[in-house]
Amino acid sequence: MFSDLHYSFGGLVVEQLTRWELRYVFYGGPGAGWLHVLTHLAPSDYRVPSVSRLVHAADWHEREVEDLFGLVFEGHPRLGDFVLHDDAWHEGVAPMRKSFDGRQPVTHRAPDQNWKPRQIVEEAGAFLMPIGPIYATATGPVHFQLETVGEDVIRVQPRLFYAYRGLEKIAEGRRAEDVLLIAERISATSAFAHSLAVCQAVERICHMEVPPRARALRIFVAEFERLRHHVAAIEGICESTGLAVAAAQASILEEDLLRLSCVLTGHRYLFGLGTFGGLTINLDDSACNRAAAQVREVAEKLSRLERMLSISSSFLDRLEEVGHVSAGEAGDFGLVGPIARASGVSRDMRKAQPYSGYDQIEFEVPHESEGDGYARLRMFFREAAQSVRIISTVGQAVPGGQVRAPEVSFRPGAALGWVEAPRGAALHWIRLGEDGVVDRYRIITPSFANWHGFRLAAENFAFQDFPIILATFALSVHENDR
Amino acid sequence: MSQWVIKGLRTGVKSTRYPRAEETAAGISPGLPTAATLPLEVAQSLVARCPADALELAPAGVDVNLRRCIHCFRCVRGTNSPLGWEHSYEWATAVSGGNDQKRQFGPAFDRSVHILVVDTGDCGACLNEVRQLNNPYYNMHRLGFFLTPTPRHADVLLVVGALTDHMRVPLRKAYDAMPSPKRVVAVGACALSGGIFGRSFMCAGGVAELLPVDVEVPGDPPPPLAILHGLLVAVGRKPPARLHRAVSDSVGNASG
Ligand code: SF4
Repeated sequence: MFSDLHYSFGGLVVEQLTRWELRYVFYGGPGAGWLHVLTHLAPSDYRVPSVSRLVHAADWHEREVEDLFGLVFEGHPRLGDFVLHDDAWHEGVAPMRKSFDGRQPVTHRAPDQNWKPRQIVEEAGAFLMPIGPIYATATGPVHFQLETVGEDVIRVQPRLFYAYRGLEKIAEGRRAEDVLLIAERISATSAFAHSLAVCQAVERICHMEVPPRARALRIFVAEFERLRHHVAAIEGICESTGLAVAAAQASILEEDLLRLSCVLTGHRYLFGLGTFGGLTINLDDSACNRAAAQVREVAEKLSRLERMLSISSSFLDRLEEVGHVSAGEAGDFGLVGPIARASGVSRDMRKAQPYSGYDQIEFEVPHESEGDGYARLRMFFREAAQSVRIISTVGQAVPGGQVRAPEVSFRPGAALGWVEAPRGAALHWIRLGEDGVVDRYRIITPSFANWHGFRLAAENFAFQDFPIILATFALSVHENDR
Repeated sequence: MSQWVIKGLRTGVKSTRYPRAEETAAGISPGLPTAATLPLEVAQSLVARCPADALELAPAGVDVNLRRCIHCFRCVRGTNSPLGWEHSYEWATAVSGGNDQKRQFGPAFDRSVHILVVDTGDCGACLNEVRQLNNPYYNMHRLGFFLTPTPRHADVLLVVGALTDHMRVPLRKAYDAMPSPKRVVAVGACALSGGIFGRSFMCAGGVAELLPVDVEVPGDPPPPLAILHGLLVAVGRKPPARLHRAVSDSVGNASG
């Protein structure tokens, strides 16, 4: 029904107020605004009808709530082992409930050393291949259960949340400023995007005006971060196919951009830059111009790299028609960001629900239709070029004035902040109590949405394609696990 | 494929000269705050600003416990009396775990050390900085450091991230599977003390809660050269730095 109205599922926010409140958040296209569907439960009740048969994108949200709040979604096909791993946690622990003290360590079951994944495929010759959580060199922790028949991977189940740090819980009771520190550390490669979403939520609650200079500089930095993320994603794809020179070329550009971030803002991952009402430091016009000029140099090198890759047939063979996701699947699973756009689902928060002045800037949201690995690679290149364009436009004409509103005066209330993070839509819901103390912090990330749909791409392809398909999805376990 | 060979050659040598010479390029490190002599009131207000308990009140001013600093810049931005800031990167220190004879490396490890990287729950920053060590700027292969995906080949266990409950078993198994002698290098504020994630229902704090740590590299994240310094300290090719910087130090610089 919601998809008929062209609304996309954003996420589920559960709050334990005087009664349970479940908030299903949907967003429309340009001009269509937001739709919040609320349902309430008595404090002692714990059963809710599942919506995931109608809104498949809500599947993992319901599983997460079941695990962390102890609510049961009736009719959901698969609850159980998800965020809290069954082999370590006792039944019935619900850490997100207010009665649970998140500052204390929890006594666990004696970890089951012999925990084994469940095998589902029963065909003759079926083989279950467990990989991770420590695998390859320098990767985030995730465990894969690949079920193969012969060469082909028939079923892919990622087991995530090894990097679950309980960020939503540890934010409760802390001051709003400290939530910025947490938001920056959800996923370092999207640190500024997440901190911006938190800022916008708090600014909405406290009716703060952000000065025009700060709004423009936020876009400048956010696009800078997107460019760096996309360069790293391109590097990952080249590396996964064994194209060492191309990977090295991209990694040089990534390091150049990390250094440039540090010169511009003091930190290679832009930590400590965002704050309520603006930015913590002014980036002066000459610094912005210099940075924009360097970014254009990076862009030139990047397009040379793209040209060379587009004529390297052995490289293209590994990507074309591999890891295919159709537009229908991408829509149903609620995929976001460049991954969704590579399948022709053109969702982008900067256009759908513009913030920080994106509606006053000219740029395009490119999309492809093939939905294969090569389409995703092209998306990263094309979006990087758009980011460079935005950086140039904004950098040339940053309005004068302050970069920070006067001291924030906190008020109680709740609001949603959203951004188009490098990997896609990120939604942050914050409820503040008295004096800027956080009562609830809900983090909805693009990696959570895209991990949910990753198996669509990886199933029914050859085993050798698996690492390449994984690289083209540019997923972050840190951003997923939180 | 020949175009790639030519492209590679055209790029020329990018690698830093560190550790033979100091690296001075801009943007290689976020730097760290320095201890300062300050009036009591100012010192108190700065200590209160630090969200990571990295600043301590000293008789004559403020001491910095670099082990805990998360580069939030609150002691230098938005205040009228900022602390000093230095752009060093040699931050790694040796800790007591390293005195164990069985754990010392012999000369066989001078030019070939294999490293297993385990992420026990970080935000991806430390992990990404470790990855940069393979890029042509840092090219750690030239120093005989190689990443390996398997504990059986690893001499050094490099741990990033706070210790989450879910990573306890995999980390223990990886460590036990490594042949002796072996060393543990903890990288980043979270691996040292839990960092911003702290101790909670999910995080036990740093990796030292589970394994004996030999070398600590502070920073959030430590830049690639700080991690490289940590590896060089682990194999005894560089002297360690000292982490607690006090106003009473005659030289406020421990980066050596
Ligand atoms: S930069 Fe470091 S020392 Fe300064 S306030 Fe932040 S955590 Fe504390």
